[in-house]
Amino acid sequence: MAVIRDFAFQAVQMLLVLLLSPLLTGFVRKVKARLLRRQGPPLLQPYRDLIRLLRKEVVLADSASWLFRVIPYIVFAGTWVAASLVPTFRGGLLFSWSADLIALIALLGSARFFLALAGLDVGTSFGGIGSSREVMIASLAEPAMLMIMFTLALIAGSTQLSTMAAYMASGDVGLRASLGLAMLALIMVAIAENARIPIDNPATHLELTMVHEAMVLEYSGRHLALIDLASELKLLLYMSVIGCLFVPWGLAEPNAGAAAVAIGMAAYIAKLAGGGFLLAIFETSIAKMRVFRVPEFLGAALMLALLATLLRFVSGSF
Amino acid sequence: MTTTYALYCVAVLIALAPIAICFGTSARGNSVVYGSSLVVTLIISVLAVLSLFDQEVTGRIVLPLGLPWLGAHFAIDTLSSFFLFVVNLGGATASLFALGYGRHERAPDRVLPFYPAYLAAMNLVVLADDAFSFLVSWEFMSLSSWALVVAYHRERENLHAGYVYLLMAGFGTLALLLAFGLLAGANGDYVFESIRTSHPTAGLAALVLVLSILGAGSKAGVVPLHAWLPLAHPAAPSHVSALMSGVMTKVAVYGFVRIVFDLLGTPAWWWSMLVLAVGGITAVMGVLYALMQHDLKRLLAYHTVENIGIIYIGLGLALAFKAHDMPFAAALALTAGLLHVFNHSVFKSLLFFGAGAVLNATGERDMEHLGGLIHRMPQTAFVFLVGCVAISALPPLNGFVSEWLTFQAILLSPQLPSWGLKFIVPAVGALLALSAALAAACFVKAFGITFLGRPRTPAAADARETDSNSLAAMFFLSALCLLAGILPGLFIDALGPVTKMLVGVNMPRQTGLDWLTIVPIAESRSSYNGLLVFIFVTLSGSIAAFAIHRLASDKLRRGPAWDCGYPNPSPVTQYTASSFAQPIRRVYGTTVFAAREIGQMPPPGATVPARLSVQLRDLIWDMAYAPIAAFVGYASERLNVLQFLTIRRYLSLVFAALVLLLSVLAIWQ
Repeated sequence: MAVIRDFAFQAVQMLLVLLLSPLLTGFVRKVKARLLRRQGPPLLQPYRDLIRLLRKEVVLADSASWLFRVIPYIVFAGTWVAASLVPTFRGGLLFSWSADLIALIALLGSARFFLALAGLDVGTSFGGIGSSREVMIASLAEPAMLMIMFTLALIAGSTQLSTMAAYMASGDVGLRASLGLAMLALIMVAIAENARIPIDNPATHLELTMVHEAMVLEYSGRHLALIDLASELKLLLYMSVIGCLFVPWGLAEPNAGAAAVAIGMAAYIAKLAGGGFLLAIFETSIAKMRVFRVPEFLGAALMLALLATLLRFVSGSF
Repeated sequence: MTTTYALYCVAVLIALAPIAICFGTSARGNSVVYGSSLVVTLIISVLAVLSLFDQEVTGRIVLPLGLPWLGAHFAIDTLSSFFLFVVNLGGATASLFALGYGRHERAPDRVLPFYPAYLAAMNLVVLADDAFSFLVSWEFMSLSSWALVVAYHRERENLHAGYVYLLMAGFGTLALLLAFGLLAGANGDYVFESIRTSHPTAGLAALVLVLSILGAGSKAGVVPLHAWLPLAHPAAPSHVSALMSGVMTKVAVYGFVRIVFDLLGTPAWWWSMLVLAVGGITAVMGVLYALMQHDLKRLLAYHTVENIGIIYIGLGLALAFKAHDMPFAAALALTAGLLHVFNHSVFKSLLFFGAGAVLNATGERDMEHLGGLIHRMPQTAFVFLVGCVAISALPPLNGFVSEWLTFQAILLSPQLPSWGLKFIVPAVGALLALSAALAAACFVKAFGITFLGRPRTPAAADARETDSNSLAAMFFLSALCLLAGILPGLFIDALGPVTKMLVGVNMPRQTGLDWLTIVPIAESRSSYNGLLVFIFVTLSGSIAAFAIHRLASDKLRRGPAWDCGYPNPSPVTQYTASSFAQPIRRVYGTTVFAAREIGQMPPPGATVPARLSVQLRDLIWDMAYAPIAAFVGYASERLNVLQFLTIRRYLSLVFAALVLLLSVLAIWQ
């Protein structure tokens, strides 16, 4: 019985992240537009975009290979699986032990690896510029993310995200210098990984400074829909990770009743809304930086995370 | 008995060498030599697997060879049977690959005789049970591989590679010779069994450690002793490159493990700091070098340097835990290192085979002249992609498992009491994370520029798919990458006897766990299930594809590329290998390689094109190797006078030397 219930919760989680992620993106866009005194697209616009793209035919470049057509599915599947294994409204997910935080980071790394290959597949200069910049950003963001994971794993004594979240919610944690540094670094990495301002601009299409959008420039139709959905899922994933680790309140216990689950759900949606709101404010109040300032930004994140890990190694009380 | 059989097999390999001299140029020679090598190496790998689970050392054998009072000792214990398996798996796949690949050889008589000898030498190093036969086999291995490196001796750079390789191999053997000399002591009992029982003093043991890092490390390619590796490995024919990179570096790791973990006794705590520092620097420098290359085989060779760094990180952690009497953590770290030995031998062989297939099909190693091969060589492209994903440490393939285990071992290290380690281990962890991320960038470049995009030259446009033997070898290795990635428990359990022998315990048994998960310490702490991740990703990807094609749209139309409205039909407008690496070169290269971009603008009105050139300096070569080479050149020029003396002067020199030595002896006593 318990297994069936856990299974059901895992399935709910999978559908939940899939359904909520376009809404989150729509919400961020709406808030950004309102902050700029524009009306902005309706909240549900991302769903409409996805449906429209799914129904359209794919226009494939002559020089595209089979790999180009497979990659959207790999990227989408990898991101979706990763997002489904992050605790959202209820801890103790059924399959959370199948991939710990290191594996989740690496799974997102796989998705990025294939997306960067897609950028090179057609053989255009825009795709190449996007891929080469993406791997440069990743070469700093990924180690920073791993060092953040080190800090958190040393505090919680586990690399399992569910166990970590439970420990963070338990109140044994207290205020720690290393946690603060790790949170700051994680937010910086999340901004870079999701191609947000000031690293990249998700709204632009005709600038030489773009990274992510340049990489996927040749995609159209259902392929583009999947890639867009994957990046929306990724934004949701990072917000869920930050939420379950640093704002763990409201997360329902594995064997809690219906009321606790309802509270967890409400808290989760409130966390996403809060996160989206802060992201929109941050993005409107800052200008995009030049590409070669990005290493400094991410280098700072890496150093913060390394400092946090070092503090943990030096003394258990930091 | 196993040892006897293994030695018979090695004898067959040695006997193949003179046979190959006779049949070298005939049409049959190729299939006879490679076919027999395939069979023999397969037999030895089966023997190795069988003896891995035998706890006892199977049959020491003393042959009346070598030093008259010593003989040649051979034995198989669990450590050597693991490495025997790695060597012969690599040897078998290389032979299978070469059954097809070798047919296109320009001068088969320069490759065929040395190939079985080289395989035999690597086997003998692993089988040796005394220092003398170890060193002789080691040198035999160096020389036979040297002969293969200079197989294409008409090309100038191959001769240079061979020269540097020979020098470095000599240096490495010298260091190992001294290490064994110190270990054996004044009485000079070179049998491993008696070395084990003689406990060297702390200072002596430290010296042996440094010498074995130098000696085994120079063969494995740790920075800064790696200089020969990216020259020599690519110069050989591709199946030999695969053996050198995938297997011979592992034999070097075997030498290091044999000396440091087995013969040297209890480690001191600071040894691990040395090994960890070497490993961390090697990992990052190796991948940075690799990123700057545009020669496919040289890129792969530099990448071997990175993986050796990762292996040394695992071994260093194991030493640290062993020194502080934390056997379970030591078993975890050692398993991580040794699993990476196996994994790297698999995917590096695979990638070199792929590079060989590309070289055969196009005649090009330079990535700037390739591109679009995925259309012409779809199967090679697929297996090469598998190798790229595996080596970039991405789930669900095997490279990720060993790096994951290394990370788990690092997470155990705050319990280490020494302060030096508390500072160095997080730094090494950061270096490991950095090298993993850079490796992914490197292989996006390697695969993307070579196989994707549009062909940059007619040779790439007219490439043909490679032969079925080569493909069989590559598909077998890709299957192994997947298998070791989704069922890592099997391989971790197989390493159990080895860790038990070296650190006293083995990791908890993995194969009996639910869903075939791997749980290195405790389930609440960490677990990973490659099988489930693989199933989840495949399943959700297929469901998405099925649903979209059924419910939404499955229409597809081909058209010209979009490229923001201005597609340029010329393939030169694509990103090249060096332009792809430009952002990373700018971020890391300005300090590490003193990289500079020099733009030459023509004067106003001139019609010559503007030029942009990139200048990279190998600082290690410039600072370490070039001064030594300059000094040797200078000294030999000065000493050249000695060649033209009269007989009187020579005799007086001999006399002076004798007097000098005698007086030294007199003062000594």
